[in-house]
Amino acid sequence: MTKKCLLLLAAMAMCLPLFASPILASIAPPEEGGVLPMINLQVPQSDAARNYLGLSGEGFFTIPQIKAKVVIVEIFSMYCPHCQWEAPKVNELYWAVEKDSDLKGQIKIIGIGAGNSSYEVGIFRDNYQIPFPLFPDEDFIIHEAVGQVRTPYFIGVKINADGSHAVFYSKEGGFQEPLQFLKLILNLSGL
Amino acid sequence: MLKRKRIYFGVIIGPIVAVLSLLSMAYGVSDVFKDNIYDVGALKPRDSVPKLEVGDKAPEFTLPSVSGERVSLSQYLNKKNVVISFVPAAWTPVCSDQWPGYNIIKNIFDKYDALLIGITVDNIPTLHAWTNQMGDLWFPVLSDFWPHGAVADKFGVLRSDGTSERALFVIDKRGVIQYINIHDINKRPPLEDLVKELQKLGK
Repeated sequence: MTKKCLLLLAAMAMCLPLFASPILASIAPPEEGGVLPMINLQVPQSDAARNYLGLSGEGFFTIPQIKAKVVIVEIFSMYCPHCQWEAPKVNELYWAVEKDSDLKGQIKIIGIGAGNSSYEVGIFRDNYQIPFPLFPDEDFIIHEAVGQVRTPYFIGVKINADGSHAVFYSKEGGFQEPLQFLKLILNLSGL
Repeated sequence: MLKRKRIYFGVIIGPIVAVLSLLSMAYGVSDVFKDNIYDVGALKPRDSVPKLEVGDKAPEFTLPSVSGERVSLSQYLNKKNVVISFVPAAWTPVCSDQWPGYNIIKNIFDKYDALLIGITVDNIPTLHAWTNQMGDLWFPVLSDFWPHGAVADKFGVLRSDGTSERALFVIDKRGVIQYINIHDINKRPPLEDLVKELQKLGK
């Protein structure tokens, strides 16, 4: 390698931090009316979680493959105080859906733990008795794909019969009243 | 030849790896902190000379806590295992994302008869404002502000800029250090590693 090449590479390496931030900033959160970025999640090992999501086998799946008409995705972290405070409300939302015979099976909820390992997600699940599936995102890969949003962040996705999907809700922060939020989800999704 | 390889790594590969490793990390993004987190950027992973080893007696200290009382390490001698969590500074990304996690695992600390003590070099008013955002913390938060960083220095975790390392010390009931993790300041220590060390203590 020549000296010039070395110097050029060194200069590029030193400039990398200058370009890093714009790269990150260029990824925006999912837009309402748009589609989700590519998010691959591991098929859960537990039968209960697989049955809830309507999945079978092993490997990875994408959110539109979930057997539902609407999926609510919560981006959370076990280290996020706001997510901790919000957890009982999200549980309440889940149970409101499950106890309504018209909605059960139509609306599914999943959580994605930004920067959380499987162990950490498990701690969050046990601590707040989360009844819906949670997925780790230990290396922030999904978090980056959804625009490094603040947590908690909720994304509502409508899944059409032909397998296509559309984001109809994409907002940071908690949702206050679970039943009002459910009404909002029903209105926005047209369910 | 070996020297040249080292230069390649230090000047070219090193910065690239360092930046790429931080590209996908976003700590301190809890909505509760809003825009109050100061982004310190990527820092030198470690910037202090270790002074203690596993098996050493933990240095005694007394520091003021956010809740008003003064806390000494010796008050837990023969009573509790102690985990000391040094974090570099209030209102910074990773630090703001560490103690709130410990706050929901009191049951795990209880299981191993351990107490957590959080320490930073910030002053009490700053720590008061910062920890208020985390909810009610079950563990004492101590200020090592004055003499500045004296306890961090005793533990060998005072950095050259006056902040501390992101470090965990597990101290058994006899006051003997059983685990030291002077972690990369830019990353949060995996929770499972700490829990494994607590498990080793037994009850």
